[in-house]
Amino acid sequence: MSRYPDLCLNLKECVCQEMGTIDPSIFWALLFKGGFYGMKKREVGGKYCLSGHPTLPCNVLKFKSTTIMLDCGLDMTSTLNFLPLPLVQSPRLSNLPGWSLKDGNAFLDKELKECSGHVFVDSVPEFCLPETELIDLSTVDVILISNYHCMMALPYITEHTGFTGTVYATEPSVQIGRLLMEELVNFIERVPKAQSASLWKNKDIQRLLPSPLKDAVEVSTWRRCYTMQEVNSALSKIQLVGYSQKIELFGAVQVTPLSSGYALGSSNWIIQSHYEKVSYVSGSSLLTTHPQPMDQASLKNSDVLILTGLTQIPTANPDGMVGEFCSNLALTVRNGGNVLVPCYPSGVIYDLLECLYQYIDSAGLSSIPFYFISPVANSSLEFSQIFAEWLCHNKQTKVYLPEPPFPHAELIQTNKLKHYPSIHGDFSNDFRQPCVVFTGHPSLRFGDVVHFMELWGKSSLNTVIFTEPDFSYLEALAPYQPLAMKCIYCPIDTRLNFIQVSKLLKEVQPLHVVCPEQYTQPPPAQSHRMDLMIDCQPPAMSYRRAEVLALPFKRRYEKIEIMPELADSLVPMEIKPGVSLATVSAVLHTKDNKHILQPPPRPAQPTGGKKRKRASDDIPDCKVLKPLLSGSIPVEQFVQTLEKHGFSDIKVEDTAKGHIVLLQEAETLIQIEEDSTHIICDNDELLRVRLRDLVLKFLQKF
Amino acid sequence: MPEIRVTPLGAGQDVGRSCILVSIAGKNVMLDCGMHMGFSDDRRFPDFSYITRSGRLTDFLDCVIISHFHLDHCGALPYFSEMVGYDGPIYMTQPTQAICPILLEDYRKIAVDKKGEARFFTSQMIKDCMKKVVAVHLHQTVQVDDELEIKAYYAGHVLGAAMFQIKVGSESVVYTGDYNMTPDRHLGAAWIDKCRPNLLITESTYATTIRDSKRCRERDFLKKVHETVERGGKVLIPVFALGRAQELCILLETFWERVGLKAPIYFSTGLTEKANHYYKLFIPWTNQKIRKTFVQRNMFEFKHIKAFDRAFADSPGPMVVFATPGMLHAGQSLQIFRKWAGNEKNMVIMPGYCVQGTVGHKILSGQRKLEMEGRQVLEVKMQVEYMSFSAHADAKGIMQLVGQAEPENVLLVHGEAKKMEFLKQKIEQEFRVSCYMPANGETVTLPTSPSIPVGISLGLLKREMAQGLLPDAKKPRLLHGTLIMKDSNFRLVSSEQALKELGLAEHQLRFTCRVHLHDTRKEQETAVRVYSHLKSVLKDHCVQHLPDGSVTVESILIQAAAHSEDPGTKVLLVSWTYQDEELGSYLTSLLKKGLPQAS
Repeated sequence: MSRYPDLCLNLKECVCQEMGTIDPSIFWALLFKGGFYGMKKREVGGKYCLSGHPTLPCNVLKFKSTTIMLDCGLDMTSTLNFLPLPLVQSPRLSNLPGWSLKDGNAFLDKELKECSGHVFVDSVPEFCLPETELIDLSTVDVILISNYHCMMALPYITEHTGFTGTVYATEPSVQIGRLLMEELVNFIERVPKAQSASLWKNKDIQRLLPSPLKDAVEVSTWRRCYTMQEVNSALSKIQLVGYSQKIELFGAVQVTPLSSGYALGSSNWIIQSHYEKVSYVSGSSLLTTHPQPMDQASLKNSDVLILTGLTQIPTANPDGMVGEFCSNLALTVRNGGNVLVPCYPSGVIYDLLECLYQYIDSAGLSSIPFYFISPVANSSLEFSQIFAEWLCHNKQTKVYLPEPPFPHAELIQTNKLKHYPSIHGDFSNDFRQPCVVFTGHPSLRFGDVVHFMELWGKSSLNTVIFTEPDFSYLEALAPYQPLAMKCIYCPIDTRLNFIQVSKLLKEVQPLHVVCPEQYTQPPPAQSHRMDLMIDCQPPAMSYRRAEVLALPFKRRYEKIEIMPELADSLVPMEIKPGVSLATVSAVLHTKDNKHILQPPPRPAQPTGGKKRKRASDDIPDCKVLKPLLSGSIPVEQFVQTLEKHGFSDIKVEDTAKGHIVLLQEAETLIQIEEDSTHIICDNDELLRVRLRDLVLKFLQKF
Repeated sequence: MPEIRVTPLGAGQDVGRSCILVSIAGKNVMLDCGMHMGFSDDRRFPDFSYITRSGRLTDFLDCVIISHFHLDHCGALPYFSEMVGYDGPIYMTQPTQAICPILLEDYRKIAVDKKGEARFFTSQMIKDCMKKVVAVHLHQTVQVDDELEIKAYYAGHVLGAAMFQIKVGSESVVYTGDYNMTPDRHLGAAWIDKCRPNLLITESTYATTIRDSKRCRERDFLKKVHETVERGGKVLIPVFALGRAQELCILLETFWERVGLKAPIYFSTGLTEKANHYYKLFIPWTNQKIRKTFVQRNMFEFKHIKAFDRAFADSPGPMVVFATPGMLHAGQSLQIFRKWAGNEKNMVIMPGYCVQGTVGHKILSGQRKLEMEGRQVLEVKMQVEYMSFSAHADAKGIMQLVGQAEPENVLLVHGEAKKMEFLKQKIEQEFRVSCYMPANGETVTLPTSPSIPVGISLGLLKREMAQGLLPDAKKPRLLHGTLIMKDSNFRLVSSEQALKELGLAEHQLRFTCRVHLHDTRKEQETAVRVYSHLKSVLKDHCVQHLPDGSVTVESILIQAAAHSEDPGTKVLLVSWTYQDEELGSYLTSLLKKGLPQAS
């Protein structure tokens, strides 16, 4: 049984509890709709057949009446269902046979084509968006971006959901994110495709299709790529932030990006108030590559740590993969073949170029041309050199010399590395083989890479080396089969693996860990590998797509400021060594989610009784609380005090629990016990008040 | 009473050797550590013995902050850290960290190699000093220790120039360093949020100047350069290697390109190319336009501007030369100046401020016969032009920044006393805040009254807020609670919770008053009458008549009993606890007045 019985609430309940200005707990909605195609092997079951994409998160956190979206990842694995978009007319692709049902019905043959036993949609590729129905996205106050890969769905969210908030991201995330989006838009827009298939999406028809199309989720919500105009508008909503910058949200919550060590400008986020701290860890790396190292210390003392974006290939060691990459590359080139590296225009490519910079001379490759082809190749290479502040220490010190931090500047200067916006234009003149080509898109569905696959696929001398871990390489290759070209799979994913995670959790010791459900069990293909899951105490709380989760902590305190004038008037008394108390009576002011205590106003002077007061004016407000009392009354001293104040004729009787003090003349009786005092008297207010004040002298007020 | 204390060791009613000590909430911070270009004796460095005469500086200072790389802000740093001795952290932005050691080395070379000074800091000292530097990013909150935090804002003045917020708890000071409120050809404008510091320490170089539009100044400058070159004259522009130099280079480069001029432009010293490299690598610190277009065309790759060779100074024909340093107090600019000063066809344009004592200052104040070393007299026939290209905020800009930050007090440094006086009045009039302008060694003390942050239990706060958010001006509602102070942990909780937490029992104080009432009826009936009377009077209270015959008002209990002696009198026993004191007291007095006759 869960210790938190209300673990799974539906959203409606959450919202109800959100209504008050101060909500006692924090709710977290997880909005990512499952990416299907990259993880076919996952078990299917339950209402939501597939799980969310743990490395392309899109979550919403509700915290102290603030609605915060954490990341905005776009699942592009949906594009693997589509035919590649060739830059140059490809007879092979255009002559693929249409697909027909078992009974020979071919009404779908315009939309679906068959290639080596796989069926593909012949249409403009479409992307699987984050869930937009679970929560009204126009209520999102801010979006926090952790790295440039996790912002690719931004235009869909900011432009089409009524979103009016602010997006926070670091400058490198924004600049490189823009390049990634620009490249994507360019890849898709420069190959206009007349056809937009929709027939196959019909639920009744989809049932009849072969896997994986049959099992694709929410195909009706798949969308075509955004336009550059939408990209620009989305990016204009971003406010730049720096690491360790404290950003106040509505005076209620403070968010802070921290270096996560994974990519240029990549960040984890701290979301905190004065008494609660949520850490959002997304795409972090402890390896020393080009970015600034991960800031682990600032994650300490978290109530909840949300952990996403771990390595997608937990069994592969990135260093080993780089080695394999280099040796396979050298081998192919030495045999006169060409090497194709499908890649994103930023990120791991910087590290690969740096490795090659050190490697090519010793491997005798100095005469081999390296081509980097992308509409944003030049920008990516230039931008990498100006973000010194976001780089690891070694690279930072270079700019003091001053030298460019990345050695690809030298590769370019010496003409070993050449970059082109596309295969058209200058490239066709300069193109020499054998060569090495870095180009996108890693899905092999669009971009210049399609051309090279068609060009080099038939020769076994050539090699395609997969380094990006986002797409299953077998599925990526499916529409190119049969293929003679060698395929090498060297996925380089520098994000945290499970050993590093357990070390990290030991180090920062969060009270609770929350993570995608995939991380709480070994991968289905390696179900015996109990080491390939998160192991922590208490066990991590898991979530899956379209689920709402209550985070396991109660808010108990809120910051309030005591004005100096009030503070001066407080009288602290020491109760125990080191512990003092003071009773406070003050006026509470609340503005912009900030609470301030001010001194109570001086009692208004009676206006002289000019006006006849109404009876109700005299009735005291029962909401005015008197302080609580504590302590006990020493009888002897009390009697002495009474005598000092003119009472005579005092008689003290012992009782079972205490004493009775009798003031015989005044017919007054005071029962004194350990924890109570009872004054019984005639209706003589003056007397009563005198006695009251004498009793109070012996008691502490709270 | 807590207070903030500020003592300028330099830049107090003066420009040069900026160095300001700030004490805030028990923390001591030194802002800038500059040298004075007008002096070459002891006065060129701040008097650090003011901080401590015997102890180590490290024990007295929590940190040092350098606002930008100009020598009047960082020139004394190696002397301070390595010769006087300071091992604590020195904070500056990354471009400052990159460029500052180069300028220091340059300065050292001129002082030691050219002037032959002994007892100057060495190259190694510069290196050791820079090892103590911690780079600060814009807007990053740097935790110097558990309490002291600093944050940098963009200042625009030169590459990497920053303003700093120094904060301890709720008290804060902002130091502007040098800043510029108008974007120029390569830098953006200074910006700060409405951070409402207790004190804003601002530079006031141009306290009285309202500069004409930048475009006019630029046109003027270009016109003068153009005219001189056209008539075959030589133009000397003394600059510092980094800063205005790049600005003017961009200006001339674009002009040369547009007009198609052939006369060569040179930039003196080997530093130039290196300097431009820094600008290329620190593009994010430049202005919007350069950042946007740098991939296509890096503005710091100049086509028309070539490196200067000493021999060029004697070549005939027109030319434009940028030479360092900017105040003509030493080095190449002074050498060229001496060569060209005699020819009236030539022109020297001073694009920035010159401190007293420098050749630059002398010629700008109209002196035309200069006494040089070795009793030589140099007659200046060349035209002398002053053109303010210093990227300092003018009076309007300073007022603008004060408006942005909304400080409680303002303190002026880095300016001349007379001009400060004028600006001080203006600030006090316009913003209704106190403005100070201490001289060097003079201390300004500002009492502060920081509010005290405590944690209030959510239960207590909710109870309070449930009664309505808006305080009623006529009937302010009071919040009652107990403040528990344990070590430095302050929590405000409800009294019940405080007692519980401390393991203390509540002491109940109860009153029972006998109220005699003339009533011949039975006790039960008296009780009914009491009930209906109270019910009608206390409309807002919960009045109940219980089955056992007693009456309650909220938690106050009233019982009617027969009088032991007088059957015509009933005794009402009214019993309440101290928490209901007001209501209980009110009830007894109400009941004492008797009950209304039954109708």
